[in-house]
Order: sequence, then structure tokens, then C-alpha cells
Amino acid sequence: MKQRDLPEHPEFLWHNPEPSSMYDVIIVGGGGHGLATAYYLAKNHGITRIAVLERGWLAGGNMARNTTIIRSNYLWDESAAMYEQSLKLWEGLEDELDYDIFFSQRGVMNLAHTLQDERDSVRRVEANRLNGIDAEWITPEQVKELCPIINIGQDIRYPVMGATYQPRAGIAKHDWVAWAYARRASDMGVDLIQNCEVTGFEMDHGRVTGVHTNRGTIHAGRVALAAAGHTSVLTEMAGFRVPIQSHPLQALVSELHDIIHPTVVMSNHVHVYVSQAHKGELVMGAGVDPYNGYGQRGSFHVIEQQMSAAVELFPAFSRAHLLRTWGGIVDVTLDASPIVGLTPVEGMYVNCGWGTGGFKAVPGAGTAFAHTIANNAPHPLNEPFALDRFETGALIDEHGAAAVAH
Amino acid sequence: MLIIDCPHCGPRTEDEYGYGGQAHVAYPEDPSALTDAEWAQYLFYRDNPKGLYSERWVHSAGCRKWFNAVRDTRTYEITATYLPSDPRPAPHGGPLAPTTTAKE
Amino acid sequence: MTSRRLATGGLIGRDETIKFTLGSTTYAGFAGDTVASAALANGIARVGDSIYLRRPRGVMTCGVEEPNAFVRVEGGYGESMLPATTLELADDLQMTWEDGIGTLDQSVDDAEYDHMHVHTDVAIVGAGPAGLSAARAAVATGVRVTLLEQDFALGGSLLGRPGEQVEGRPAHEWVQQVRAELEAAPNCRILLRTSVFGSYDNNYLVALEKRTGHLTTEGMSRQRVWHLIVGRVVLATGSFERSLIFAGNDRPGVMLASAAQAYLGRFGVLVGERVVVFTTNDSAYPVAADLAAVGATVTVLDARPSAGCQLPPAVDVRFGMVVVETLGDEVVTGVRIASADGSDVVPQELECDLLAVSGGWSPNVSLHSQRQGALRWDERLVGFVPTAPVARQALAGAVLGTSWTEGCLSEGAAAGADEVSPVHAGERADRAGATADLWLVPGPHGDLATHFVDPQRDNTAADVVRAVGAGMRSVEHVKRYTSISTGLDQGKIGGVLTIGLLTQLLSAPDMAAVPAGQPGQVVGDGAEDGEVNEGGRATNASMRPSPGALGTTTFRAPFTPVAFVALAGRSRGQLYDPARLTPSHGRQVELGARFEDVGQWKRAWYFARHGEDMDAAVARECRAARENVAYMDATTLGKIEVRGADAATFLNRIYTNAFAKLAVGKQRYGVMCRPDGMVFDDGVTFRLADDRFVMTTTTGGAARVLEWLEEWSQTEWPDLDVWFTSVTEQWTTIAVVGPRSRQVVAALAPDLDVSKEGFEFMAFRDTTLASGIPARIARVTFSGELAFEINVSGWYGQSLWDDVSAAGESLGITPYGTETMHVLRAEKAYPIVGQDTDGTVTPQDLGMSWVVSTKKEFVGKRSYERASHNATGRKQLVSLLPLDTTLRLPEGSQVIEQAAAPEGPLDGPARMPIPMIGHVTSSYHSQAIGRSFALALVKDGRDRVGQQAVASFGGRFVPVEIGDAVVYDKEGTRRDG
Repeated sequence: MKQRDLPEHPEFLWHNPEPSSMYDVIIVGGGGHGLATAYYLAKNHGITRIAVLERGWLAGGNMARNTTIIRSNYLWDESAAMYEQSLKLWEGLEDELDYDIFFSQRGVMNLAHTLQDERDSVRRVEANRLNGIDAEWITPEQVKELCPIINIGQDIRYPVMGATYQPRAGIAKHDWVAWAYARRASDMGVDLIQNCEVTGFEMDHGRVTGVHTNRGTIHAGRVALAAAGHTSVLTEMAGFRVPIQSHPLQALVSELHDIIHPTVVMSNHVHVYVSQAHKGELVMGAGVDPYNGYGQRGSFHVIEQQMSAAVELFPAFSRAHLLRTWGGIVDVTLDASPIVGLTPVEGMYVNCGWGTGGFKAVPGAGTAFAHTIANNAPHPLNEPFALDRFETGALIDEHGAAAVAH
Repeated sequence: MLIIDCPHCGPRTEDEYGYGGQAHVAYPEDPSALTDAEWAQYLFYRDNPKGLYSERWVHSAGCRKWFNAVRDTRTYEITATYLPSDPRPAPHGGPLAPTTTAKE
Repeated sequence: MTSRRLATGGLIGRDETIKFTLGSTTYAGFAGDTVASAALANGIARVGDSIYLRRPRGVMTCGVEEPNAFVRVEGGYGESMLPATTLELADDLQMTWEDGIGTLDQSVDDAEYDHMHVHTDVAIVGAGPAGLSAARAAVATGVRVTLLEQDFALGGSLLGRPGEQVEGRPAHEWVQQVRAELEAAPNCRILLRTSVFGSYDNNYLVALEKRTGHLTTEGMSRQRVWHLIVGRVVLATGSFERSLIFAGNDRPGVMLASAAQAYLGRFGVLVGERVVVFTTNDSAYPVAADLAAVGATVTVLDARPSAGCQLPPAVDVRFGMVVVETLGDEVVTGVRIASADGSDVVPQELECDLLAVSGGWSPNVSLHSQRQGALRWDERLVGFVPTAPVARQALAGAVLGTSWTEGCLSEGAAAGADEVSPVHAGERADRAGATADLWLVPGPHGDLATHFVDPQRDNTAADVVRAVGAGMRSVEHVKRYTSISTGLDQGKIGGVLTIGLLTQLLSAPDMAAVPAGQPGQVVGDGAEDGEVNEGGRATNASMRPSPGALGTTTFRAPFTPVAFVALAGRSRGQLYDPARLTPSHGRQVELGARFEDVGQWKRAWYFARHGEDMDAAVARECRAARENVAYMDATTLGKIEVRGADAATFLNRIYTNAFAKLAVGKQRYGVMCRPDGMVFDDGVTFRLADDRFVMTTTTGGAARVLEWLEEWSQTEWPDLDVWFTSVTEQWTTIAVVGPRSRQVVAALAPDLDVSKEGFEFMAFRDTTLASGIPARIARVTFSGELAFEINVSGWYGQSLWDDVSAAGESLGITPYGTETMHVLRAEKAYPIVGQDTDGTVTPQDLGMSWVVSTKKEFVGKRSYERASHNATGRKQLVSLLPLDTTLRLPEGSQVIEQAAAPEGPLDGPARMPIPMIGHVTSSYHSQAIGRSFALALVKDGRDRVGQQAVASFGGRFVPVEIGDAVVYDKEGTRRDG
């Protein structure tokens, strides 16, 4: 029992300063991406006059609402490079940040339920291996060995035909990750300003020079947007558009149970993804609600569909109890890949469009975005994720290629 | 669960409908006259307001008719549904977010 | 253990004894007991240990907010983490106490769970005095009323006070009378054991009804999830009593005062005989009176200087006193008390076996808040109360802070009748009296390590202090730093206590950094008339922030936990996305078919004869189709009738190729693309008349395509006269394929001229089969062979299958499945959308520039002018011929250039990325060319034809030759037989 009693957080996490009037860099959005960007700007680029502006509470958006899956087995080279770099950083993150973030490389499997699922899965596995990513195609029996509670029988509607498996993938504790970055950033002098909503931008001849907030105007040479679902609201104020749509995405947990689910299982076909967190709760994500919404809530039938799929695959979950549901706002692009780079406004940078996959990318995107801001030029990792790909048609179409979202 | 007032069938639950994104974005009349950037605007860029939004729904499990709705993306409240051929109704709660690509 | 059950009293059925087992001991209780009341009656004080600190714990509440007493029910439908305080006692229940962690029963749940969808004009949530009164009033207006109560009895708070006078009679009689009235009314439905756990937009309520006991299903569904679309919702959800934070406040024997009263009044259980009541408000005095009336020795410690109500007789009341610590080994044996102002130097001790605590009341606002209903902090009631109901909802009773029964009745009546509440806000506070805002009683030992805020999560005031010290300012951060409010009760116990405690720990200058839990929803604190306190920050000279400034954490569904399987309902097993079967499915099963799932359909994959493996079966089927005659069920292809004067114009815009001039009686293959130019679907379309077409689509794409057509027709080209009807299930299609197919079709359709000249390729004819069945026969091929597709009404589907089998029997006609179909079409490089395409592939990439008109406008055309479509490097469809002609490449294998291949095999991921130029989309053994082959999408593939490349799979690297996509009968000599 004791092993699931998590150790306490550090005695001190971060200061709560009043905003100064001037910074080198303002990061709008105090979620995982914003905090990591601040940390890497300070650590890798020596820029410490930074303010992270958060309209609510730190890491209270999607960072607090995701199902914490970390993996890098994406199909296309560009995505694989970004997420694999991120995974490598995850592997050293506890030491780097000196914080036990419960990064657990328990493996992630993506189940296949049709012949086409199988083709797509093998394609992804083979691409992953050539891209240097650990990936395997495993049989239903191997699925069962790794996760004994899965029903691999032929008696279900869409029997399990195999799975892709990434052993190095896993989960981490989301709040702990955000706080680990926040603590280190605060240590290095970054001002974390909560309750501070950006209401407009100061511009001078097409260049951003500061932000207006509910706590006054704050000047800065560079402004970086890391506001996920709210990015459109910000870019609208800055006078340009980003091709994202904000949708509700729901997730849920059960009460605590003895650990019976040792890995992470995802199924795109019957749409369920589930892990059992360290304390024993089942953590599950549902499908994206179809409509645009900033309400941080979705529709209940989406949860019910999710439960059907869960009980089909995991009969042992039948009488687990739904304890809490919640919703985040995911920022979805048409090619299911993010937008990270420069913008039409000089001195302004954007990192958005991660859809359902933002959490796992935090370390990798944080380093690349920090590089972009510090050098006013993209890092090779995020260069393909520029805004202009929507004009040239050089998309990185992760959902079209049937790679699994989340 | 949204309850959406189909202009043809009346109020029905959301699971009878499909979603179609922003309304009043017409297929360009002469696509070949557009620059790549303009074509990209049509293909990939849609408004994403936090507030009132004119959007398309289709009553898939009912009359199969497409129609438009004005919905607040913060509260999810639908203030109007109307036919695609109708102009966007004037909202009582203030102006709609500007629709830069709208071709009415 | 001594029995705590009194000889008389309570609302239990004393003539019906119920046996139950807890752990290894069997006990007796009565009908009408909960597990908790029966356990307490049997003298069980300790119900388990706390989750992490392993401290003994006892029953603390009498309801859904219970943090300590959980059982696992063993047997048929084993279920964990059920609160003993709400679990109805039933015969032969076998249970084990649980300490906050459940154990999942891994057996399959074969019980039924179902869902009910209903409309109701008025739904009333909660059947206490306000809810019952609301129901009575609503029923009288003649509308449809649904009354939902989570308990197995009506009455709410009145259940604990059965002797209280309500409208001139004892409460329990009043409840029975109202119940009888409601049951007699034709327009009222009462749902007991039904917890409304979710409240969604548009007054959409979701509720769980527990219909049977744990051990039986009694021929009905065990649980039912109700989905209610409601005209008007009345929330009469009551309130939760709060505990107080002092040292050892978690010891067994510490109980909420209202719970002690309810165990006595409802269950006839006197939980303790020497009782200390520790209160901050007047509500505990009637509790003290009830306990004293049955012989308990009662001392009231009131933290306030005086009470606002009459003091009960025979009760020792001490004002200005607080409990600073509980005493005892396992259970409470006494308390240490001190003056509230801290003036006592040496605390006194009092012996007791029950400490009843009342720290004030928190309205149960969960369902209100799930709908983003705003809250305000009421300084006088010392609680978060709704500012106003959300649209089409009303609030009544204790959820508003209305604490007296008469007030609840009149407020309920008004809410039920859709009238304005006669109770004024000021009256609520006046009647409730003053509540001391006491959030922490410092301990005698200087630490806060046993001052529990959330006993279920083992979180104490010390944890909250530590969180604030770490820089946490928001309630959400404190919740996450500590884990308060994350247990089964979801903050019903610890939520407001934490917020209150934080107001003591935070000083006003800190408050700028405090983000409210629900931004914009808690409207500060303020006067009872709803005035918003500007800024909502510090509220008094002490610079303490108000709870209203801190806000709450977000209230989310479900209000009470719900089993996953109940939410799944009937959507399990065969009813989970039910499979679609063709009319001749049964015949194919008889022939030994194995099936694959394509979309929602079951399609025959291959027909293995005894002893054959799949490869052998497919090879045989392929030979039959190329050398003799074979047949397959093609019914699952989507079929859409497209009609109207402008149908041809419409198709001409949707398909990349021309359809305007297609002749009546002819068919044409077409490709449709998305506006971004990528292939979306394909299929053959028949022209039945000038204004009438039948389009076929891919099996999985039929529904998608129909919506697509509707969308373009309705939203882009409403001026076109065209409409669409799905006819997929109205038709059965059997393909008869092979050089001898003409003979079979001739036998089936004797009236039809099937000769090459009389029935040309891509024509179709309507005819009547020898069987008398009307049919439409098409000459079309998906294999390159001479082939016919016979379409008949779906009703004749099985009959047609039988007729084709019979007509071809003498020739040795062979049934074949989708795998053989795939091989045959791949030999001819006919792509399968979704297999050879992935949403990034254009018709040109597939080598089908011929299908892309350069003359007309069509959906997606503009995209081909974009830079990425005119640069090199696009992936193009080619064939791959492994140099080892027996090797079939796995589909999904990657293709690399020869120079990029490593020396030998890899047994893991590459150390440096190896650049890929494409991947295998389809791969088979071909009988026709006597070797293996594959289709692949390869960068600039058509320029590489004739070159060698390397295919990579499973760590192996094998040489292949890149070839033209078509590997068999390039000249098309076979289609006419």
C-alpha cells in the first residue's frame, strides 16, 4: 500500500512576484509549454529577464487535464524527430530538474483491430525503427502477456489483432512536471505571474513591444505565445490568424484500486486509452468533442461511448467507478501537427496546435521554442512545423496517416 | 449534450447531428484566380472565436439537412439556427466576431 | 460488542431481520438499515484504517459524503469502494471493509445494465421537505413531474427527525402522505435509489438508478442510467454538514452531529451514551436534545459566546469552548477542551464515547455548479450559496441556506409551481443564526499533524500549511499539492474546510497572486442581497481574505461515483457497434468463410477448404478467377442514388473526371477528392437515366460519402436540382468473375445477350433472371478479368447467391473473399482507398492522371497548383518485386535507397535515422505472375522504375526492384474474356 503514497512535493516551489514593467521575453501561457520554454530560455540561452503570464493558475489548463501519455512512435520523420528528442529529454528530466516526476517507462501499446489497423501499425513500427525509435509489432498473445487484463478473445466486436508497442514510452505525473519546470524557472529568476490575462499587444511598426494585461502594461522585446486553445484569441488581437480550432476533450478517473494494469493501452479503433496511475486510479481519455468550445467541458455521451469501449476490452473495469470527469480545450490543426515558429509579427513567436499530444512534447518543444525565441530563427526540430506549410501543402499529416492521436 | 433546434425537425439531441465547422465560408468561385496563400486560407483557416460563432451542423440521423447555428463557444448556448440560404441573424447579445473569410 | 440499537424508535422494519457478513463475522440488522447503521448498531466503531497513515477510522457521516467507511461486496457482482453509509442492507451480503483502495473483480459482468431516455416537464432532484413540497406543487399544475431521490427512502433530512411536526403531523407520517399523493398522481414518476450525478447544458440530467440488490438481478437490469431532457429542474439537494479541524478529529467516535441524529432518529441507533457535541452554530442543539431525550449524557461545547436558539433541557452547554484534541487508543474515550479565545492555559478533559461535530453547513451546490451556476460566499451563513439559479432551474431548501422545515416547504412549493420564492435571503441568515467561522483549532502540541482536513486522503492542516509555504496560493494548487478533495467524496468533506483554512493562512497582500478556482464564477463574497464585493479580496481589517475571494475548485460530474458498466449500458458485446451482415452471410459461413471487419460490415475474407491455410485458399481462389470462374459478395459497397435534373452537373463537379456526358446505360469509374486534392473515395457510377444515377462507394466510406454529397449539394450548390438516397441495403451485389463467367451469367439471365458485342464493357442491363428475380447486371471489372456484377433487391440476396452457386456448379465456380479480390486488383494496380492511400495521396500520385480532368473545375483542383505538388519528391504508386520471388514483404515495410541500407540486419532501432523513400501499401503472392509482388508509394517512384531499392521490415533489409505499378496484363486483354 505504502508504495502508492507519493512523496511530498518540495518545501518550496515558486515565488509569486508582482510583474515588472519590462522584460526581455514575455511568455503568454503558464502551462507545460510556457514553463518549459522559460526554463530552457534561462538555462540554455542565459535569458532570465522573463515573465510567464498566466491568466488563471499555473499549469491549470491542458497541463492539469491530460492523461499524461508519453511516447514518440509517430509516423512521419518530422514528428518522430520532435517527439523522440522530447522522449530523450524525459529520460533525463528527473535528474535535470531534481524533482521526482514519476516518469514511468511502462510501455505504451496501440491496439489494432482490423487488417487496415495492422497495416498502418506495421508501417509505423518500421518507420519508427529506421528513425531510431524503439517500436515493435506484437501479437495478441504478447499483448496479453504485457497486460493480462485485456480481453484478446474472438468474442468481442473488434477482437485485438495485435499492437504496436513502444517499451520506452509511459506516463508521468502532470502537475509534478509543470511544477518541476516552474520551480527551476523561478529559481533562475523567471517571474511567474498568475491571475494575469493578456488583453492586447503593444506594437511599433509591425513589431511587438509589450502586452496589455489586467495587471497593467508590460513591455518586452519578444513575446512568445504558448496558450494552446486560446492562441486564436491572442493572435486575433495581434492581427494574424492561426489555422487551429479549439475543441473540448474530456478525460476521467476512477477511484483507487489495487494495481492490475501495468502498462498503457490505447485503441484508436474503439477509441479508448487507459493507464493506471501510481496511486491506483484508472486514467482514461475520451474522444474529442466535435464542436468548437472553450467551456472546458464536453458532452456526456462521449464519456458513455468511451465506457463501452473500455468495458469491451477490459472486463475487469466493469465495476470500477467513474469518480470525476473533466474537459480541456485542445487546439487542433488540420494535419494534426503543431505550429511552432515565427509569426507575421516581428518579435512574436507561436507554439500551438498540439491537439491531443501536447504533454509528451513539453521538453522537446520547450527546447526548440526557446531556441527559436533566442535566435529569432527556428530550431531544425521545429522548422517543418512552420505556419507556411499550410500554403505550400507540405503538411505533416499525422491523422491522415492513421497514426494514433493523443 | 447539446440540444439543437433543427430548422426542419425541431429540437433534437446532439448525437443526431454532425458538425461542419464555420458557416458562411464558400468554396471560392474561381479557385485558380487565388494565390497559394489565399487558397490556404480557404483550405485550412477558420475563425476560432471565444464567443458567438456561426457554424454548420447536419442532421445526420434525421432529415440529413445542413443548417447553420449561432452558438456561444464559451457557454455552448445556441441562440439561433437557420437555413444555409438565410443571412446570419443579428445577434441580440452584440456583434459576432469578425469573419475575415466570410463570403455571404 | 454491545448493541447500540435502542428497543424502540427509528424507521426500520424491526420484524424483518437481515443477516449479513462483514469480514468473517455474521451480524444481524433490520430492513431499512444501511450497512453503516447496522454496523453501528452492532457496536462496530472502527471500520478500517486510513489509507496511508494507517490510523483507525470510524463511520463519520450518514450519507454520500462518507470518507471512511467503505466496503467491498463479495460474490456475484463483486464491487469495491461502496460507501457503507448509502449501501442498503440486504440478506446475505458478504462484505469486507476497505481502507480507501478497492480491488477490482475480474470476472465478466453478465448482468444487464440499460439506459432510459425520457422527457419530463419538471425534474425535482432530492426528496427532502423542499423536494417533496416542490413535487406536490408541480404535480398540481398538471405537468409531467419526475422526482429523483438517491436514498432508498423519501424524506431527506426529515428521516433523521421523524418526530418533528410538519404541517401538523409527525414528519414520517407527512412524508408517507405526500408519497401516497404523488404515487396516486398520473403525472408523477418517483425514482428512488436514483442519484442525479450529472447536469449538462440544456437541462440534460443524467442519473443512476440502482434497481436490484447486489446478489441478484431478478430478471431485470441491475442498474439503469436515466437521461432526462427536462423543461425545468428544481434542485432541492440539501446541504452537507461540515466537520471541524482539531487534533485527532479523525478518531472513531467522531461523527457529524447530523449523522448522530440520523442514526438515532432513522435507525434507532444511539451511537454514544456519553456525548460531547462540538459546534459553531445552532443546528447542533436539536441534535443534543434528541440524544439527551433517549438518555444520553450530553455536553455541548459551543465555540460562540452564546447561542441563537433555546437551549435544550438536561444538556450541559458551555459557551466559548472548543475541543482541542480527542483522547483514546482506538476509539474516542474523551476530549481535551479549552476556551475558544485561547485564554485557558491548561486544557480540561471530558470523557465521552461520541464526539458529535458541527462546523456549519455547506449547501450542496454540485449540480448547480456543474452548469456553471455562480456561487457567492455568504458571510452570515458561512457557506458558498448559489447567487441565482441557472436558466430554467430553480433552487429550494437547504441548497440556498434555508434551514427550517417550514421555509423549505414554502420555498419548495414555489419552486414546484414556478413561482418566486417567498423566503427572503435575510430570513435565511436570521433563522440560521450566527455561525462562527472557525477553521482551525490549534492543537495542544503545537503541530497540526492530526488535524485532518480530508480524512480519506489522509491530508491534514499541516499539509495545507506546507502547501502555502511552498508558494501555493490557489485552491487548485493546494488541492494538487496535497491531494485534498481527490477521494471518493470529491471534496464534500474537505473542500470548504480547505478554503476556510486558507483564509487564515493567507494574508491580503498575498492575494494578488491568487487565481480563483473557477475564474469568473465565484462572484466574490458579499452581502446577502448578492452585492458583489468589489475585487473580492480582503474583507476585513485583519486583512484575511474571504473564502469568496479564493473560490472553489470546479464541481464536475459525477456527483456520486458510477460503475463503468452502467454507463456502457447495452452497448456491450454483440450490441457494441452491431455488425452489418449481408443477406448471404449465412451461406458464406456454411462455406467456411473467415470474415474481416470492414467498416461496420463483416466481409468474407477467404474460404478455406479443409486442410488449407489462408495462402493456399487465396491461391486457389485467385486461379479460379483468372482461369475459370469465381464469385464474391460485393453487397457491402456503398450505393447512393443521385437524382435530379442537375445530377450530372453535380457529379461532374464532385468527381475529378468528367461525368456530364456519360451515356444512359453506361457506367464510369470516378475519383473524388477533398478540396486539398487528396483522394477521398472512389467507385463506379451507373447512369440509369438523364436525371438518375447510382453511385457506388467504398465499403467503409459509404456514410461519409453520402454526407459529403449532401454537404456540397446543400451548402455550396443549392441551386442544383439533385438529391441523394442511400440504397446500400436495398441491393445485393454478386460479382461473377473469370474467363468462364459469361457462361454462368448466360445461364442465370437467359433473356440477356451477354456476348462481347451485345454487352460491352462498362455497360449495364436491366433484365429478369431465370429465377424470376429482376436484376441489373453490369459489365465491370475489379480484377481485369471478364466479369459481371449482378444486382438484385436485397430481399433476394441469399437466393441470388444460391442461384449463382448452382449455375456455376458444373464449371466448378469458386467463392472468393476480400483477400483474393485484393490480390487480383493489385496485379492490375487498382488502388484501394484507405489502403494504398492515406489522406496524403493524389490521383496523380496513384498514376491516374487520366482520371483528373484538365478541362473542367472540380473539388480540389486548385490544390494541384501548390508548390508541394509540383516539386519532386512526391510519393508515387509503383510495384516492388522482391529479388527473392518467394518473399512476400509485410505490408507496412519501409523502402530505402540501396546506399542507405546498413551492412547487416538490425536487432533494434537504427542508431542514426535511416532515410526512407516510401512504404509498402499492399503485398501478395501472385498466381498470375508466379511470384510475390507489392504495391508501394515511393518518392519519385515512376522515375525509379527499373532501379533496385531495399525494403526494410523486422530489422531485415532485402533487395527489391521497382517496377511499373501494373504487374499483370498491362494491355488489358482479358477484360472481354
